[in-house]
Amino acid sequence: MFVTLKPSVFDPQGQTILDALSSLGYESVRDVRQGKFFELDVVTDSAQEAVTVSTEIADKLLANTVIEGYRVEVDAKSEEGD
Amino acid sequence: MKFAIIEFPGSNCDHDAYHAVRHVLGQQADFIWHKDTDLRGADTVVLPGGFSYGDYLRTGAIASFSPVMDKVREFAAAGGPVIGICNGFQILLEAGLLDGALLRNRRLKFLCQDVHVRVEATDTPFTTSAELGQVLKLPIAHGEGNYHVVPEKLADLEANRQVIFRYCDSAGLAGASVNPNGSVGAIAGVCNLRRNVVGLMPHPERACESLLGSDDGRVVFESAVAALVA
Repeated sequence: MFVTLKPSVFDPQGQTILDALSSLGYESVRDVRQGKFFELDVVTDSAQEAVTVSTEIADKLLANTVIEGYRVEVDAKSEEGD
Repeated sequence: MKFAIIEFPGSNCDHDAYHAVRHVLGQQADFIWHKDTDLRGADTVVLPGGFSYGDYLRTGAIASFSPVMDKVREFAAAGGPVIGICNGFQILLEAGLLDGALLRNRRLKFLCQDVHVRVEATDTPFTTSAELGQVLKLPIAHGEGNYHVVPEKLADLEANRQVIFRYCDSAGLAGASVNPNGSVGAIAGVCNLRRNVVGLMPHPERACESLLGSDDGRVVFESAVAALVA
């Protein structure tokens, strides 16, 4: 799960990193947004159900939706190991 | 009257708040542990400053799910006066009891200094004894005090007079140079629509005796007492 500040919210850390990259000569970098990354080990019957649970968790706890947006990716693995 | 001072793991202004209401104002005060589910008949609830749960995830985020917060929600819903100071303000925002969110300070520095704030409304239980426009010298100590709401919400807050404290200079004039953390509208504190829940970043409880540099914060707690008597 990737949580980042919404585009409308100023990200001073990202801006500072951008300034550092600029001083290192990486002029091709136009913007930097810093965020958080969560790995959840979720046991469900389907990948879709894992997305549903993770989305609920993001809304409830992991992201503050007043200022942050999030994106959920699922890496499905079978418990039987097929 | 009786104040409930809620203690979370990592609260560190709980004793300052206790001292202000118990010893400076001579009122009753109880510490309430965050796992308790009884406010013990308190008239006013104080969520003190600190670093609850080490500021893990986001400031105030984990504390907002503490068992005691269900009781604080019920208390607030019944019209009971609740004040959140610094981390307590962050907890009230995360709990959805106040609108908005607090971002990292604009220049990313932890700020520990005196500021001036202007009282923008006196019809809350924590400003009723203050004068409209009164300037209070209070300390701040925070890394995440940059108040943020979307422009439409800011317009709502202003229209409903929910901005209660605004950063200003010693003469009461607001401006970018006296806004320490980049807060939208130089907002230092807000209330809910019902006006019984107030949150602010500065620390009135640390400014209740002139010996400590300022007693301007006393009016916040004196107001709470006056509001209850009224």
